Amino acid sequence: MTTDTQVSETKVSETEVSEHVSQGRAFYHSQVFRRQMILVALVLALFFSLCVDLALGPARYSLGEVVAALFTPDNVSQQARVILWEIRMPVALMALVVGASLSVAGAQMQTILSNPLASPFTLGISAGASFGAALGLAFGVAIVPAAIEFVVPINAFVMAMFTAFLIHALSLKRGVTVETIVLLGIAMVFIFNSLMALIQFFASQEAVSAVVFWTMGSLTKATWPKFWIALSILALSMPLLARHGWALTAMRLGDAKAESMGVNPRALRLEVLVLVSLLAAIAVAFVGTIGFIGLVGPHIARILLGEDQRFFLPGSALCGALILSVGSVISKIIIPGTIIPIGIITSLVGIPFFLFLVLNHKKASW
Amino acid sequence: MVTLQLNRVSARYGRQPILEGITTPCFQGGQIVALLGPNAAGKSTLFRRILGLLKGEGEVIISGTSAERPVGYMPQDTGAKAVLTVYESVLLARMQGRGLKVQPEDLAQVDRALEELSIAALGERDIGDLSGGQRQLVSAAQALVQEPEILMLDEPTSALDLNRQISLLTVLRRLADERQMLILVALHDLGHALRFADAAMLLENGRLIACGPTAEVITPSLLRQVYQVAARIEPCSKGQPQLIVEAAI
Repeated sequence: MTTDTQVSETKVSETEVSEHVSQGRAFYHSQVFRRQMILVALVLALFFSLCVDLALGPARYSLGEVVAALFTPDNVSQQARVILWEIRMPVALMALVVGASLSVAGAQMQTILSNPLASPFTLGISAGASFGAALGLAFGVAIVPAAIEFVVPINAFVMAMFTAFLIHALSLKRGVTVETIVLLGIAMVFIFNSLMALIQFFASQEAVSAVVFWTMGSLTKATWPKFWIALSILALSMPLLARHGWALTAMRLGDAKAESMGVNPRALRLEVLVLVSLLAAIAVAFVGTIGFIGLVGPHIARILLGEDQRFFLPGSALCGALILSVGSVISKIIIPGTIIPIGIITSLVGIPFFLFLVLNHKKASW
Repeated sequence: MVTLQLNRVSARYGRQPILEGITTPCFQGGQIVALLGPNAAGKSTLFRRILGLLKGEGEVIISGTSAERPVGYMPQDTGAKAVLTVYESVLLARMQGRGLKVQPEDLAQVDRALEELSIAALGERDIGDLSGGQRQLVSAAQALVQEPEILMLDEPTSALDLNRQISLLTVLRRLADERQMLILVALHDLGHALRFADAAMLLENGRLIACGPTAEVITPSLLRQVYQVAARIEPCSKGQPQLIVEAAI
């Protein structure tokens, strides 16, 4: 009798265990499916936002006309084709690529530095770019004596990369922790802001206006060549980052844990920092300082998709692209006929939306 | 069968030597080796040195394996900041060095590791919501899911209740016996070492004080020397040696 009871108890316990096992795997599968659906939804939302962005402007088009122009350009008028494809398309697509680039850069900076505040802005990369641009705008200084018509983006790019490499170089010193790297970045922001103030103090009134407008960030600077360059860098970076998908996810468990799984945190941190600095530098050089995408995009992706990089990486890109695309739409409709600089919109609209998400999310997102 | 031998192994942080000339006999698969010693004796450093995370003089000789990464390691730090479920975090450990595509075999290994440590029911939970003890078991599952031939665990029982401590050590014993795994485990509870380990290494200030069968390492004189405690070892009613600590000296 006693033996029977023991056997029966053992069987119950084994059944319970196998139920839990299948539950865990079933939950994982449902989680993967849900995340795939969220990514699909983001792509659809992005396409819708792109169409609306294209439709809006001094000459307004219906969504039907935009879709027709996209897929059958020969069936729309010459004027519509030129406006949509030659004038608005590079700007609208640039919004997507820059948004995605800044958001991916922010996502990976947060991941490798294990800091929710890390972004191209808090690490001083944008401030460095602004300083480079201001040098060109105010005094015509070309840091690299190359094509003079591109002096501002080249200056911005060079200074952004210089800042990134300075931080990398300092981070290689013995005893420098990830917290120190973020502090270094914040120090860079203050240094460049002071230098910017100095430039504005000495520059002419017109130059000051140009500098201020540049730092507000504007998509109207977009052209097809700039778009293709930014897209190429993004398209090259994504597979390189995806290749480290599991290792990057492991980095969020801390260096000791990542090492125990066979990851080399220092090498990975350096490689990813270089890659995302390049992404951020290109984006900022072409469109100026567009605030908070690099901070907010990854956090929204994290809330929606968790931190498994298979979903978090594309999710961050899509969220960043969507925020900037929607920001572009809003910047056109607030005051009809006037395009407000996108940098202002992303901060004014993006931050309250972000706070709403964070405060209404049941679980901690960091 | 996998074997591990240390030959004059040293390690240092900067100029500070942490380990000096550690030489051991050849440990084999199927053995549990307890790594003993007071705080800051160099136990974690020795694990990191064996894993190749620290460089230094001497040789870590691992043979009898063709695996690319034969050593699995559970560090003391059970990091739990990421937005991941328990299932995901164990899968993550499994997938390191593999492609992005998860195969059914990988999921089967995750199930097996969770089941082995009786934490399958936690699969859906976020790792940030777990207790310290549960995190420690998840961390052990992360090491186990990599199917190592040598498993190293750094104080895996420090946050566990008594039942879980015994359960985990029983699982380790079974893994050593059934899968011929070589298990190195850092322990502070010498009673557990006496009961579960085949051999022991006693470290003090980075030096190996004693190494051999557990009962020959855990002796009153060595405990007095290294831990500064007065203790005796007596057989219990089942004949197993038991440690009775009388006083700190």
